[in-house]
Parts: sequence; structure tokens; C-alpha cells
Amino acid sequence: MSGPILRLESVKVAYDGIPVLDTPLLEVQEGETLAVIGPNGAGKSTLLRVLGLLEHPTEGRILFRERPVQPYGNLLAERRRMASVFQEPLLTSGTVEDNVALGLRLRHIDSTEVSRRVQESMATLGIGHLATRRTRTLSGGEAQRVSLARALVLDPEVFLLDEPFAALDPPTREGLLLDLKAILDKRQISTIFVTHDRNEALALGNQVAVMMDGRVVQMDVPERVFSEPVNEEVARFVGIETILRGHAQSVSQGLATVEVPGWALEVAVPLTPGERVLVCLRPEEITLFPRGAILTTSSARNQLYGKVIRHLPAGSTYRVTIDCGVLIVATVTRQSWEQLGLEDGAEVVAAFKATAPHVIHCI
Amino acid sequence: MELIWQGITQAILLLVSGDPEVMRIMLLSLQISGIATLLSLLIGIPIGTFLALSRFPGRGIAISLVNTGMGLPPVVVGLFVSIFLWRSGPLGFLELLYTPTAMILAQLVIAAPVVTGLTVAAIQQLNPRLRMQLMGLGASRLQVVCLLLKEARLPLLAALMAGFGAVISEIGASMMVGGNISRQTRVLTTATVLETSRGNFDMAIALSLLLMLLTFSVNVTLTWIQQRGRTR
Repeated sequence: MSGPILRLESVKVAYDGIPVLDTPLLEVQEGETLAVIGPNGAGKSTLLRVLGLLEHPTEGRILFRERPVQPYGNLLAERRRMASVFQEPLLTSGTVEDNVALGLRLRHIDSTEVSRRVQESMATLGIGHLATRRTRTLSGGEAQRVSLARALVLDPEVFLLDEPFAALDPPTREGLLLDLKAILDKRQISTIFVTHDRNEALALGNQVAVMMDGRVVQMDVPERVFSEPVNEEVARFVGIETILRGHAQSVSQGLATVEVPGWALEVAVPLTPGERVLVCLRPEEITLFPRGAILTTSSARNQLYGKVIRHLPAGSTYRVTIDCGVLIVATVTRQSWEQLGLEDGAEVVAAFKATAPHVIHCI
Repeated sequence: MELIWQGITQAILLLVSGDPEVMRIMLLSLQISGIATLLSLLIGIPIGTFLALSRFPGRGIAISLVNTGMGLPPVVVGLFVSIFLWRSGPLGFLELLYTPTAMILAQLVIAAPVVTGLTVAAIQQLNPRLRMQLMGLGASRLQVVCLLLKEARLPLLAALMAGFGAVISEIGASMMVGGNISRQTRVLTTATVLETSRGNFDMAIALSLLLMLLTFSVNVTLTWIQQRGRTR
């Protein structure tokens, strides 16, 4: 197995003495897409600029293909093995074709070769028909496609994307995301993709790094990051809204009983009695029933009684908040909401299986 | 009103007849101000680019000084350049006073801050992330600067027009360092002042109209280039 294509060791970045990035160790493996997620101001873009050799770290070492990068040396040769795309397309004046050819011309590549590669790249991104269009006449989605074609035409060893879809409308974003995913899957380019959108990270990343306050707090395969967050902050960021504080009471036959305010929950997690924990529940793991319904079909070991306090539309579903003494958020399809005759103020049962919660051990 | 009409008629006659003295004055005006503007571009664009793109202590003060320089009174520039070029001055050994070269020098001092200040503004109005994007596409430092200047070419043309406009129309510095010597350092502005002082108002009006025509022609050309660039 080959080593990491990029490795950061004890890298820190500070502006005017204020730390914005602190990465003891981060590796990007050859051919993988690392999605970096986190809230605004978490240091994601700074991390991307450091990885792209566009910004010198205040401290630490960067290794590119296991060779240390000289921080104040001429980084042009290394930088030319990478390509970046930012949130804004940042196209230069001229035509689409001129823009896609820009990086190749900067490298003084033969014009026949430039022409061939530009045509190929435009075709891949579906912008061949825009070749002679002036860049200022393009829509946001078209411009971002040009920006991607301009980077991908360079055949980079490392591809850096800084929230490239953030300024696009949802249908345009989805179309571009699917196309980009197909390209990355086919070409296996080592990619670092910064986003604050969890769904984009899930769609593109082979690995997901969650950043908080300048630090990578969790890095793993997407499924694990989203189902097993390491702390409360990550849990909230990856979309877990029900986080209940409690402590383990008893353990029997692989099931632990966790006491949370007003309820004793059963969770299928090995715990030590007395241990303080956070019980995390994704909204889609919780099923709602009207109070009084006979739950013959439910295998849910946990059934909490409460009252609907609000419901908010979210696409084809409602996000329903239930007050059971503790607040629980569940997702209900619009159809179920109507069939069950639910409404704000309705008394309901929130049920979930013992295997549903993710438990975070408190230190 | 009659005086103005006489001036306009005189100007047309002078142009049509190709009066050698007037042609010489026009050509010298264009030559001196043209060279001064070109030199100011050579100095102002690199300095302006450096000030716009770099970060160093005192940069704000440096930009403020340049901006102040954009409003330098030509007569003050003329005075200081004269002092430097006097026989007893620090550059007196060059024996440049009352020569076209001295006038170019003085006009350069006037135009360079204008070009520098407007270059700073031209570069700074570009998206600040563009520089990083170009680096991210593999541009060297020099390539980044060239591409940024290319992107800022429209406001840079405005800087060129402003620089030329500042020097072609100034009189104080040209008079002080050039001396308005016939067939040597007489330009349209100094000749206009001379004819006015002599009471030859029709000639003065004719010369000032020619000056405006010259400025207009140069600016029309530059504006055409600029606006052509807008559509690209």
C-alpha cells in the first residue's frame, strides 16, 4: 500500500497570534476523497489552503508524497501538481475555452495538446457548447462547471475544492455534485473537499474529517462519523438533535439501562454502572404513535410519552419536537402525520429500539 | 462671443494651413507629455502593483503618500524640480534646466503618483481571492501579477488617461523648468499663457482649442480601446 499523498505534522496556523488551525497529524491517502466538514469559522478553508500549499503554516511540517515541503522555498513545482476550485468560480475575462486552457498555458504546454485536453475537459463537464461564450455571460452553475473543468484539465495529483457548490441553487448543485462524483470515482484523484453541507460530504467523501475550533475532532469513514460521533458538538453537527444526558444504572444480557431525566432507557451498548453518558438519537430512528395506540407491531423497547410541541416542514417530512420531560426530535412523513391525525399539542408515544441510540461516554 | 468665434476660426486656419510654429508646439507638447506618461506607467504600475499586493509595516502610510501625491500642485513640483536642476542644485551638473528633458522630469513627478494611486485602486478592486485561485492553478508570482494586471486593464487605461490628462494640461511646472523658450521648450499651455499676456486672445483661444483637441483625440483613442476591452 502506498503512503499518504499529503501529510500534516504538528501544523499550526495563527493570525496575529490567534490560533485558527491546530492539526497534530492529518493524512490524505492516495486516490481518496477526504471531505472536511465543520461549522463556519472551524478552520476548514485554512486547512485546505495549507494542504494546497497556498498558505504557509505558522508551525509544523507538510509532506507531499513523503517529501517535506520547504515552507519558504519555491513551491511552484509542487503547486503545479495540484489544482484548486473555490466557492466563487473566479474566472478570468475572455471565453470559456480561454479559462479552461489557462492552467495549461501557465505551464507552457504545447498548443495542440492544450486544445485537445481543453476539448476533452469541457466535454467531461458538459460545457463543450459554451466554448466560445464570454465568461461574464455564464450562469452560476455554468461558471462553476468551467472552474471545475479548468482545474481537472490539469490532471492534478491533488484536487482541492473549497465549498464549490455553496453558491448554487439546489437543482444545479445536485447535477454538478453527481457529475463531479462520477469524475472522481472514475479518475481516482486524491481530493480534499471542504463543505459545511453534510449531504455533500456523504455523497463525495470516502473519508470525513470533522473540524471544530481549528482542530480535526473526528476523522473516519462517513458512515461511522455520521452514526458514531465522538462528542456532543460533532453529534449536533452531523444532524443528531436528540442528545440526552444520563448515567448507566444496570447492565444485563448486553442491554444497559440508562437513566435520563424522567425515563429509564434501554440501550444495546456495553456500559459500566454509574458511567455518565450521552444518548444520541437520530430523528429517523424514532417512531411516533398516537397515545393509546396498541403497539403490537413495534419491537421498540423504549417508549416515551409526551406531547407534540411543534412540527416544521422539511421536504416531504415533518421534523416533530416532542416534550417527554426531555425534548425529542423525530421525523415523520407528511402522509403518516395525516394518517395518525397528529397535530401540535397531541399526546404521542415516541418509540425507538435499544439498538438505535449511539452512546457517547462522558469523561 | 466674437472673440471666441475668432479664436475658433483662427484654430481651424492654423490646423488647416499646418502653421509650422503651431505644429512644432503641438508636437513638442505631445512628445513631452507622452514620454512623461509612458515613464510614469513604467514606474507607477510596478509600484502600484507592489503596494496593492504586498503586506509590510507602513504600507498604509505609503499608499496615503501616493494618494496625496495625486494632488501635487504642478507649480510646487516645478519649484522643487527647478531647485534640484539649478546649476548649484544637487542635479545641476546635468545641465537640464530649461530643456524638454527637465519638463519631462517635472511632468513625470506629477503623473507618477496619479498612475501609482490608480494602479493600487485598479488591482484592489479585483476579487482578492482571484490571486489565490491563480496560484491554485499553478501560476508563478510573475504570472499572477501579469494576469491580475490583465484583469485590471480597464481601470489601468483610466490611470493612463488620468496621468496624461494631468500633464498635458499643467502649466506651472512646464513654465518653471522649461522657461517657455521659443522652438525649444514652448508647449501649448505655456504658449497660451504667453499669447494671453500679449493680448492676442484669438491666438490664445486657438491654442487652447488645439490643446483640447489634442487631449480629446488621445482620450478618444484610449477610451475606444478601453470600451472595446469591456466587451471581451
